[in-house]
Amino acid sequence: MEKILSKPQSLKDTVLSYCPGCGHGVIHRLVAECIDELGVREKTIAVAPVGCAVFAYDYFNFDVTEAPHGRPPAVATGIKRTNPDKFVFTYQGDGDIAAIGMAETIHAANRGENISIIFVNNANYGMTGGQMAPTTLIGQVTETTPFGKDAKREGYPIKLCELLSTLEGTTYLERVAIHNPQNIIKAKAAIKKAFQYQIDGKGFSLVEVISNCPVNWRMTPLNSVKWIEETFIKFFPLGLVKDNVEI
Amino acid sequence: MPTIKINSEKCKGCGLCIKACPKQCVAFSKQFNKAGYHWAVLEKEDTCIGCGFCYMACPDICIEVYR
Repeated sequence: MEKILSKPQSLKDTVLSYCPGCGHGVIHRLVAECIDELGVREKTIAVAPVGCAVFAYDYFNFDVTEAPHGRPPAVATGIKRTNPDKFVFTYQGDGDIAAIGMAETIHAANRGENISIIFVNNANYGMTGGQMAPTTLIGQVTETTPFGKDAKREGYPIKLCELLSTLEGTTYLERVAIHNPQNIIKAKAAIKKAFQYQIDGKGFSLVEVISNCPVNWRMTPLNSVKWIEETFIKFFPLGLVKDNVEI
Repeated sequence: MPTIKINSEKCKGCGLCIKACPKQCVAFSKQFNKAGYHWAVLEKEDTCIGCGFCYMACPDICIEVYR
């Protein structure tokens, strides 16, 4: 009998600090597996965000640096430009990339920096206790929208992939989800493609991963994956948004 | 025979592996682990096909698959 699936080499053997059922663990594993398969672990530099994934340096078994809130694309730009032979990616949440860090994200994309971004969209600010984020759905109840998000008062959810697709500097944008094994396989393929594009020097790529946040959504882990399927991905349609290499 | 090993101390009892299993052979244990969770166990050992769906769904990467 042979071991066919186990923890990838790019992850440390520590207990993750995430809540039970949180999608971050799955996304960490997918990223680590892709890096193992591409054989770039020794030359990887990741940039961790401020948010739930702030302790990513404790979990990934390669070099990880920390950036001020929202600034990973700017930090990654500096790292990649000074070390073009390194493999550089950022791992960011929705509060980080689409709220405080929107300017850095748009300008890094517009410059067509040769970096990869893993954007974890869980429709709220997870670390601080579930406040409304720019990606919160209309009608969704959060800590700061107790009667549901109202478009007239708080605006509409930002679809970052579609927003960035209008910029000529972006190469690859795709939205995937991790609510069941079939979608997890697709998510891994998208992350691997984004990483491969960076290795080939194709330019800026971003993979938006629709993830669950059971504790702040006030749901059980099982209900949270059901909610992704029934509500979340209805508003954030999955699939390829832009691919300049394979048209 | 295909089988899985679940790290009982890392498991947080979210139940996503139980939902992902196409053969319904994973279940919660009756006991608690040190963190206070009912961890997942392979209940029906002979029905496991080693597909790896539980491994894919596990957010705490505490499942190993053997085939």
